[in-house]
Formats: sequence, structure tokens, C-alpha cells
Amino acid sequence: MTDSIGTEQTTDLAALYPKWAVIDDRTGYQGYLVQPSNLILFATAVRDDLGYDYLSSVTGVDYLPDGKMEVVYHVYKTIGGLPVVFKVQVPREQAVVPSLVSVYPGADFQEREAWDLLGIRFDAHPDLRRILLWEGFAGHPLRKDWHEPYYEEEGKPFKSRWPNGQVFRSEDKNSFQDNVQYPKGFSPEDWIPEAETALYGGIHKVQKANESSLKTDQMIVNFGPQHPSTHGVFRMAALLEGETIVDLKPVMGYLHRNHEKIGERNTYIQNIPFTDRLDYISSMSNNFGYVLAVEKLMGIKPPERADYLRVMMAELTRINSHIMTTGFLLNDLGAFFTPALYALEERELILDIFEAVAGSRMMCNYYRFGGVARDITDDVFKKVDELVNDRLPRKIDEFDAFLTGSEIVKTRCEGIGVLSAEQAVAYSTGGPILRASGIPYDVRRAEPYSIYDRFDFDVIMGSHGDVYDRYLIRIEEMRQSVRILKQVVKDFPQGPIFNGKPQYQVRVPAGEAYGRVEGPKGELGYYIVSNGKPNPWRYHVRAPSFINLTSLAKMCIGGKIADVVVILGSIDIVLGEVDR
Amino acid sequence: MDGLGILRGLWTTFKHFIDTYLEDITYRGKRYYTPEGIQRRSSSKGRGIFTVQYPEEKLPVPEEFRFIPILVYEEGPNGEKKQRCTSCGICAKVCPPQCIWIVRSNDPITGRPIPSPAQFYIDIDICMNCGLCAEFCPFDAIKMDHDYEIATTNRYKHNIYNIDKLSRPVSYYAKIRPKNYDHEEAIRAEKTSRKAGSSEAAG
Repeated sequence: MTDSIGTEQTTDLAALYPKWAVIDDRTGYQGYLVQPSNLILFATAVRDDLGYDYLSSVTGVDYLPDGKMEVVYHVYKTIGGLPVVFKVQVPREQAVVPSLVSVYPGADFQEREAWDLLGIRFDAHPDLRRILLWEGFAGHPLRKDWHEPYYEEEGKPFKSRWPNGQVFRSEDKNSFQDNVQYPKGFSPEDWIPEAETALYGGIHKVQKANESSLKTDQMIVNFGPQHPSTHGVFRMAALLEGETIVDLKPVMGYLHRNHEKIGERNTYIQNIPFTDRLDYISSMSNNFGYVLAVEKLMGIKPPERADYLRVMMAELTRINSHIMTTGFLLNDLGAFFTPALYALEERELILDIFEAVAGSRMMCNYYRFGGVARDITDDVFKKVDELVNDRLPRKIDEFDAFLTGSEIVKTRCEGIGVLSAEQAVAYSTGGPILRASGIPYDVRRAEPYSIYDRFDFDVIMGSHGDVYDRYLIRIEEMRQSVRILKQVVKDFPQGPIFNGKPQYQVRVPAGEAYGRVEGPKGELGYYIVSNGKPNPWRYHVRAPSFINLTSLAKMCIGGKIADVVVILGSIDIVLGEVDR
Repeated sequence: MDGLGILRGLWTTFKHFIDTYLEDITYRGKRYYTPEGIQRRSSSKGRGIFTVQYPEEKLPVPEEFRFIPILVYEEGPNGEKKQRCTSCGICAKVCPPQCIWIVRSNDPITGRPIPSPAQFYIDIDICMNCGLCAEFCPFDAIKMDHDYEIATTNRYKHNIYNIDKLSRPVSYYAKIRPKNYDHEEAIRAEKTSRKAGSSEAAG
């Protein structure tokens, strides 16, 4: 690694492409504004001429006062460095933007999400259906003039709570029967689910040349939403030819609660406990990304000891998440619960530490803007020391000996769910999936945040891009996390854990920020737009498990139906994050 | 050789099986249903079986553990309650799911607000146990409880807690969070001594 990566200056694209791009000169904003008609040309040039091959995030912002809808793109180089941000503005009433799926296939689900939640239509998108909500849903909830059934006020804190708080239940004010709005002309009784027709229609029938005399019928099989392999409520519709998958469509949104709308009602600090509930296996990492994004806007930095505590917790979380994934992958393979139980044993010890430091095992709510919530006590620190210097290395080796060489694991995983390096980048996969395909891309190295530039660790990389490589990468990454933790424990500094006095309402200057961390599931990003008020104007989560699912169909097609379960297990999704 | 990997895996599970019995022999009769047994099973030195038989056995909760807020009151010499809460409303404002309702009390004669809550409600169905209220309370009045066994049969009847149900004496708080309590008392003592010192200097 050279020192220049991550600090290099990006070229001025407005000077390079004066016809297509102008600099976004609003205060607190960065990047370029592009006309919708030039978007595809510009994006192709940025990808092919400048090498920004990795589309990290696509999202929309509703600028209601200006009457504009904005689509924001963040693209990166897979060799590391700073992003190029470009934006397209269209009028709210006529929100149509050309789709970038042809340039970056990874935009697929993200554009569908922007259509679903913001009502931005993407021209020439191959399959522009709602993704998180159902067809009987009225309106696009993230538009600023859309109000939820329990609507009380634009932003928290609500005035009804203090000083004359008259207690009520919102469901009593707006009872269960009346809290639903349907689109015009929609009657739930007469509704024939067109979505199903569209879904199955979307699974394009492949007319196979009549090679054999044996006539076969294609058949659609539904996995889920209630299926043990999905670890939650997730559905896949697979088109089969015999046992072979011809096409597959994931269906999600069963656990949708519109996290982003809740986030826009919340004040900045109120959002921290809500981020815990995204990927509930690794809440510390979720806190980390959000806090980094807001700190970027506020222009503050935590003290040294807080930085060390943050890294310590984030790496413990990574071990926790990876060991769970490995255990449950084996569950999906049929090694019913013995490996998962051994994984849970280590997880318990890590959660004990979280509980003693943060107060809760899973919903940690530990990071704050400018520090962390609580200091670590000496006895807990001793526990961490024991864990990283004795117990975890031993147990990871045991796990390795237990599973890696097993012939059953090998036969079931090797060569299954292969994703080539080009595909992995194109589909915007992140984390272990991307690295298993041979792209050594890790945000901790590519654009070091916090104090990751101080630690010595390797970015683990696979070469085949199959399920077995993803499994091996997780085992090896746990070893690297232990390696980082050993350095953290060795150099752990004394000092304060918070700069200044903790505030219950922080002042965030107007502007935008995109903060990202390498979460256990992949690149976890938060895009925040502030207009100087106590509540964020836009709060978007780039959820790694959601975007990793874009490549699911690609991995499954051509494989056997029994392998779908294993492939899904190797992607490692958490439905709290997929559905948000 | 084919099958060697599987045999190695089986050896790992067999070791776990043996370890459980070895530990049983080492801790003759003390491994289950005793505090030290639970401690041993849930420590990083533990071997073999690590499960805890709830509700017969319970894991001890650490001091920082948080579950549903309580309101701390001072006990007077005659057993009267004096709420620490001044109904400043910071907890209601910082609460992420907005589950705290506070009614301020007014002086019966002048009608001006006085720093004490007339009523204090928390809808514990909505409370997400984040602990922000306790973290930002400037009067150490709202704190997080340790009692997690609060299941009821009817949530509509029981799950909006009022001031009586939320209140706990300071002694209870000192019992569940001794270190935090000592720390806060030290700060309080320092403040009062400084105040006394400055008033003496002024007088």
C-alpha cells in the first residue's frame, strides 16, 4: 500500500467534461451536477476513462422547497481512494432520470428502492417495480409531503410530551381499521396481485433449443417468505428446468418499517439507537458508520481513547458476525446446530463484553458524536485481553480444524455460486463477497477511517469467488480482527472518552456527508443531508446485505435448487438491514 | 485420504463432549445451580457445556445493564418521598421513540410552574431501552433498571407506567449500580462543598 491512496486529489471533472458537468457549489456540498440527458455519457466516461468502476450508493433526495428531486451517485475506484459524487436534478412532478443499470448493474435494486420510496422513475430500467412496499401502498413515503397514518409532527421532539404530557396510544387515536390508505381506484378485496404476474413475467422464459427428445416443463418454485434457510422473512421465486435454476428473483420488504423516514423525523442523536436495529447482529458497526457521517458534517473528531474503543468494539463485532455466519452456513448445509452452537459460545463471550460496556447485548447504542458513551472498566478490559490473547485465537483454530478440511463442506461449497471479479465489481457487492471474487477491496484500507491506518493487518482475498472462498475469507478475517485487537489492547491509551460536554441536541451545519465503514457484511454507508435544523433532511443507509442481494440471481443461475440455500447463507443477509 | 477431514471434525465434537464430563468431575456437584458454576461456564476459561438453565439459573447482569427507566426519589427521615425529578423535560425531548410524557405541576397559590412532576408516564411497550434519558438527565433522577422480568398478560392494562410504578428509592438505585452511585455522590459532595466554600468566601 502506498501512502497516496486515500489522500490523492481527484481531478476536476468540470474542467475535464465542461459540456456535461458543473461543480455543485452549494455550501457544504461536494461533487458535480449533471444534466439528465448527459448522465449515461458522463457515467460511462467516469467509469471507463477515469477508472471509477465501483458504484457505492445511489439514492434520491426530495428538495421540497426548491421543487426538485435529486439523485445522488457515489462512485469509487476499487484500487482505493476518494469518491466522485455526481448528482442529477429533475422537477418533482416530472421526476424521470435515465437508469444507470446499463453502466453499473449494481444500480438495479438501489434504483428500484429510489422509485419505491421517492417516486423517481428510472428510464430504461429493466424491471422497475416496487421493491420494499407492496402495490396497494399509496404514494412514495420518503417524499416530504407524504405523511404516515400516525403522523404527529414533522420532527421530534413532539410537543405533546412535555410540559403537559397527556398520555395516549397512537393506535387508539388512529385505530387499526382506519390507518391504511390505498392508491386511487385500489380496492384490496377485488385486487388480483399483479405483482405476482409481473414477478413471474419478469422471470423470463428461456426457450431452450429442443436438444433432447425428452420434453421438460419449466416450473416455478417459491422459497419463503417463511423458510428456515432465509433466516427471516425473505422470498425467492425460482424458475426451474429439472433441478437447474434458469432464473431467480428475490422478493423482500416483509420486515420493512421505513427506517429512513423514522430517521428523518428523529433528531441526530435519536437515530443512534435506531441504527442498532438495522443489522442487529453487528450493531456496533452500524453506530460507527452513522457517527462518522455526522462527525464529518460537524467537523469534529473523538479523542484517542474513544477511537481505540470504537475500533475494539467494531472488530469484536466483526468476529461475532463472521463466526455466526460460518456457524449458520453449516446449518444451511445440514450440519444441524453443532457448529452454530460452537459459534454461539464465542458470541456469548463477546456479547458479555458489550453488555458490560454498553449496557445491552445487541442494541448497544454505544457511539456518540465526538466519542463513546461509557468508558471501559479495568475488569472488562481484562476480559477483552483474555479473549483476544488466549481464547479467540484458540477457538478460531478449532473452528478451522473442525470444518475447513471436512469433505462434506468441500463438496457442497467448492465451485458453487461463483461470481467472477468483473461481476462482483459490476454488481456493487461488498465485503467478503467482493474479496472472495479476487478484489482486495476493504474500506479500512481503501479509504481509512478512524484510526485504521495505524494497524497492521492483511486484506484477505480469495480467487475462485465461490461459497468455499467466502467461508475461508470469513475464517481468515476473524484472525485478522484478532490481530488488530491485539494491537488495540497493547497500545490502549489513557485519557478522556469524549471531547467537551455531551449534548442532547447537537448542532449540525447544513451540507451533505457520506460516511462509510467496512461492516462485517460489506460496505456500510450513511448519506446524510442537513439543513441546519435539529432533524436530518435526508438520511439514507447504504445497506450492504441489501445491495449484495443484487448479485444473488447471477450466482444461482445455472446451479441446482439445493444450492440456493447455501449461496444465500454465504451472502450473509440480515433481514433487518435488507428490508429496513 | 478421503474422510480424514470428517474424522477430524468429529474429534472436535468428541472433545467438547468429554470436556463437559471432565469439568463435572473437577467441580464435583458445584457446576450447576451455584453462582460460581455459572461464572465458570460463562467465562473465557469455560470448557464443555456452556448453557444456563433459565429460570432456575440466571446469569448475573453487569452494572451497566439497562432495562426500562426508573425514577429515583430521596427518602426523608419520616418516610416521605422527594422526587429528584424537576420535570425539566430533557428525557422527554431526547427519547427516540417519544414514549415519555411529563405533566409539570403548578403552585396551587401562584399558578406558576414548580420544579416537580405532577405526573410522569412511560409507555414501556414503546420504550426501546436505549438509556439516553438516563444518560442526559442533569439531576440523576431517571435511571435504567435491572429487572427484566416484567411480562404481563394484558399489555393494554399494565404497560403504561405512571409515576408511582416508576418510582424507586435511592437505596434501590445504590444497590443495583453501586459504582455509578458512588461516583455521582462524590461529584455531588464536591459541588456542595465548593458552593459552601464560595458562599463563605463571599460572606
